[in-house]
Parts: sequence; C-alpha cells; structure tokens
Amino acid sequence: MAVETSVPSADGPGWVARIGRAMRWLRRHPTVLAGLTILLLVTLMALFAPLFTIYDPQHLDPLNRLKPPSAMHWFGTDQLGRDVFARTVYGSRVSLTVGFTVAAFACIVGLAIGLVSGFVRVLDPVVMRIMDGLMAIPAILLAIAIVGITRSSIWAVVVAVTIPEVPRVVRLVRSIVLTLREQLFVDAAVSLGAKLPRILFVHIMPNTMAPLIVQATYVCASAIIIEAILSFLGAGTPPAIPSWGNMMAEGRTYVLVGWWLLLFPGLFLSLVVLAVNLLGDGLRETLDPRLRRSTSNE
Amino acid sequence: MIALIFKRLVATAFVMAFVAFFVFGLLHLAPGDPAAVIAGDIATKEDIDRIRAALGLDLPFHTQFLNWLGAIMQGNLGTSIFSGRPVSQLIMQRIEPTLALSTTTILLSVVVAIPLGIVAAWRAGSWIDRTMMGFAVLGFSVPVFVFAYLLIMVFAVQLKLVPVMGYVSPFKDLGGFLRAIALPTVALGVTYVALIARITRASMIEAINQDYIRTAHAKGLGIVPILFRHALRNASVPIVTTVGIGIALLIGGVVVTESVFAIPGLGRLTADAILRRDYPIVQGVILIFSAIYVLINLAIDIIYILVDPRIRY
Repeated sequence: MAVETSVPSADGPGWVARIGRAMRWLRRHPTVLAGLTILLLVTLMALFAPLFTIYDPQHLDPLNRLKPPSAMHWFGTDQLGRDVFARTVYGSRVSLTVGFTVAAFACIVGLAIGLVSGFVRVLDPVVMRIMDGLMAIPAILLAIAIVGITRSSIWAVVVAVTIPEVPRVVRLVRSIVLTLREQLFVDAAVSLGAKLPRILFVHIMPNTMAPLIVQATYVCASAIIIEAILSFLGAGTPPAIPSWGNMMAEGRTYVLVGWWLLLFPGLFLSLVVLAVNLLGDGLRETLDPRLRRSTSNE
Repeated sequence: MIALIFKRLVATAFVMAFVAFFVFGLLHLAPGDPAAVIAGDIATKEDIDRIRAALGLDLPFHTQFLNWLGAIMQGNLGTSIFSGRPVSQLIMQRIEPTLALSTTTILLSVVVAIPLGIVAAWRAGSWIDRTMMGFAVLGFSVPVFVFAYLLIMVFAVQLKLVPVMGYVSPFKDLGGFLRAIALPTVALGVTYVALIARITRASMIEAINQDYIRTAHAKGLGIVPILFRHALRNASVPIVTTVGIGIALLIGGVVVTESVFAIPGLGRLTADAILRRDYPIVQGVILIFSAIYVLINLAIDIIYILVDPRIRY
C-alpha cells in the first residue's frame, strides 16, 4: 500500500485559512461532524462532571432504591439508591481515559516496533512471529489474563487492553515501511550518508502518520469496548469507580425490574464508540488515497 | 505448493509455541501461591513445601514449562485449583453450548452478511449502500452485551417470545434449543455481520470494476450470475480470510454472550475461573481457543493454496 501525504509547507496557508478549510471539509462530511460533536460533548462531560449533575455518584440513598427515571433522578436510581445520571456522567471518565491512553500507547509502541521491524531485516521474522502469536490469543481473553495477574486498577486495565492492540499497529506500520524503504528518497538519504535513526524518524515516520491516525481511532473504539466488557465481567475497573461497564454488571440482576440501570450506560457507551468510529471512517476516507478514488468523485 | 503448505505449518507451530510460552509465563507471574491455596488455611510451612514439591512448583521455570508442555501434548491441561478436577474434563463438559452458539452465529452471519455486502457493492453509493454501511458502523459500535440486553428487554421481557436466558441442548429438545439460542446468536452475530458485510462490499466493488465483469455484461449475462458466479468467486479470498480472522472476535464475544444469557459453556467457565483466580482453567481455555483460531485460519490458508492458483505467498 503506497501512502503519500501532503506535508504542509512552511509558507503554506495560515491558521485562519487552514481552519476555514477544515470547516468546509466538515460540512461535506456530516457524519464526522456528528462524531466530533458527540465526542466533544462527552469530553466536556468527563472534564466538568460536577457541573453536569447535583448528585454525588457514590451517595447512597436507601429510601430511594430502584426508582424509575423522574424529574428528580433523570435516569432513575440504582439498587443502592445512587443517582444513575450522575454515575453515567462520571462513568464517561473511565471510558475516555482508557480509550485515549490506549490509543496513544498502542500507537507509540506499535510505531516503534513497526519501524524497527520493517527496516532491520534480521529482527523482522522474530518480531512478526511474536505479533502473530499475540494476535492468535483473542483480545478479550488476553486482556482478562493480564488483568488477572495484576491488582485491579484503571492502569492495569490500560496495560491489559494496550497489549492486544499493539500487533495490529505494528503490522500496519511495518507494511508501510516495507513499501517506503524501496522508494527513491530513501535511497537518496542513504547515499547522502544518513544514519538509520535519521532515515527512520525524518524520512519514514512522517509518511506513516496519516494511516496511523486512522488506526488510532479504531484502537480507541476497540479499547473502550474491551474496557466495558472487562468491567462487565468483573475483571476490569474496580467497583469503587463508576464505569459504564461495571454499572451494567451491577444492573444485570435487575434486568426484569430496572431497565434504566442497563439502558442508559449502554446507550452512552454505544454512542461514544459510534462517534469514534464515525470520526475514523471519515478520516480514512480522506487520508487514504486508495479509498478516495473508489468511493467518491469530489 | 507442498513447500508453501509446509512453510505455513512451520509458522503455525511457532505461533502456537509462542502462545503456550506466553500463557504459561503470564500465569506463572500471577500472584498467590497455588500450593498454599491447595494446602488450606491451617497447613504448616512443611505441608506447603511438600505440596509444592509434589506439583513440581519448586523446579526452575524452564523445567516447569517443559513439563507443562509435555503434559499438554498428552492432553493433560492440569487440574482446577477450585474443584480439583482435570481441566480437560471440565472443558469437554462445557464445550457443547459454545460450539453450538458459535456454529449458529457463523451460519447466520455468513447467510445475512454476504448478500448484504453484495447488494451494497452492486448499488455502491446509493441510499441502499449508505443505509447498510450505516448499520455496519452501528454494528461495530454497540458492544455485544449492550445489544444482548436490548434484545432481552424487547423480545424476552416485553414480547415474551423467547426465554430471558438459559440453554437447552439440541440433542434433547431442538425446538427449545432454537428458542434459547435465538437471542444469543443475533446478539453475538451483529459485529460479525458488520465485519463480513463490509469486507464483502469492499472486495466485490474491486471485482465488479474488473474487465471480465464488463465482458460478462457485454455478452448479455444477467446480473445474478454476474454477481454470484463471476464477481463473488473472484472476491472470495478476502471474504473467507476475514471470516476466519473474525473468529477471534467471535471467541471474545462468546465469553460475554454466555455470561449475559447464563449459557453453561466455555465462556462461563472462563468468566467464573477468572473471578475465582483458578489459573489452570484460564490457561487451558485460552490455549484451546487460540488453537481453534489458529487451526481454522491455517485450514483456510491451505484450502486457498490448493484451490486458488493465483496465491503464491
């Protein structure tokens, strides 16, 4: 897959023009706009959670257990009388933290391994067999096994979710490097006496950025889902921290009498993953020249 | 061709060896001393040491790993810490529901997704295509347990069409089996349908743009034989490959789906084992699942090497 990106030159359009261009691009991609809007809203919700609700997500109210949604409690209350809306708002912190940090970690680690594996012939077969092996273990089971050996905490979850995501990034970066290393500009750099780190970081790495950003969105979406599944199975975020996954785990016993316990965290979870996926699809359509040709004629 | 197949076999053996090493190493690092757990609360230090020696846990890491690997080769996956029964026996007891659910899901997904993908590719850019791909994105985005509970609330709690949860063996009561397996199959299938429909669309679009399709049109062939006989056959390699790779996704989903619907399969066994920190079971299940995944994909690759003359790895 040959990937070329236009690197904006120093004397290119200024910030104002660039923002204007981004706005026009967004107007042509309403799904990306929708995804970005949802993500922005949920990010604000996570950052300023106390401003969104008057309730404390941990406050117990034994007199108001399992109350359906009302003007007092928009999303109802749970089996301990806690406000479900407040818990849903605070739960966004876990999903977004895990999603963003796993995407960043997986891409940085995957980029480093992929660059080296693609350029250093001796290491390549070994690295790729290890990646194949990691990919052979279903992501959720691998994450469960890793969380199982550590103390249950958000950071254990982040590590456990990052490891299964790394091989896919490595494969992507490596495949790009393998096509790039045959290009003339790499030969030119080599013949000018450039050292390996310079070739990797100055000549190869910038060309991997566009597909890597697209991949990062998919890693983010997948990480949010895996965190929720781990928490739902009781192997993820500790119960003391409200997360959409463990809210549903606690609510599952009340599926017959308290639909709101499952519906609202599930809805927010799905919305956030959908927003990230829409963003990723839109970016891919624009950044991947191969796709642009076959899907639209703009 | 033989050399090619041999190369794939060797690569697969390496992958499985790595998986075994990784799984063993990971759970070797696990906190808690199995010998102490087995010995119980009132055991003396000598008791624990004796159990540790009996289990071979006092040996160096590589000896333990080789012993463990040797036992696995003979079908011995160890003993459950919690119940004291052989892991292989526990797995055999629980494998039927998991196989049944996976089979119905794969069948349903392929039957639904491939026609969807073909129609979307045939009418690429139209509202049909956009609607279907919209649903595919949605299918990727809604986690399996969220969708499972939506289905339960609508079809089991409100409409009372099917049981809320539980499992019935098809060998005992086929009707009951179909009613019980319907919701889990749909819930588990959604992501898989989305995955297969998308790859079908993408590879069909590529195939439809080829010259031989124009030739088929020119010689007056109807759209159905063109799409199914000419285009689909040529587009099938990525589709079948994705069906195989998607099995990893399916296996992860099985664990969750079984937990939601209280199906007594391997997924439930794993979920319970994790909560009880019963590592031999977790080890055994991960190994079995990974082996199934790797072997299915090996089989797909080999079949393609045999039937598709274009493939030269």
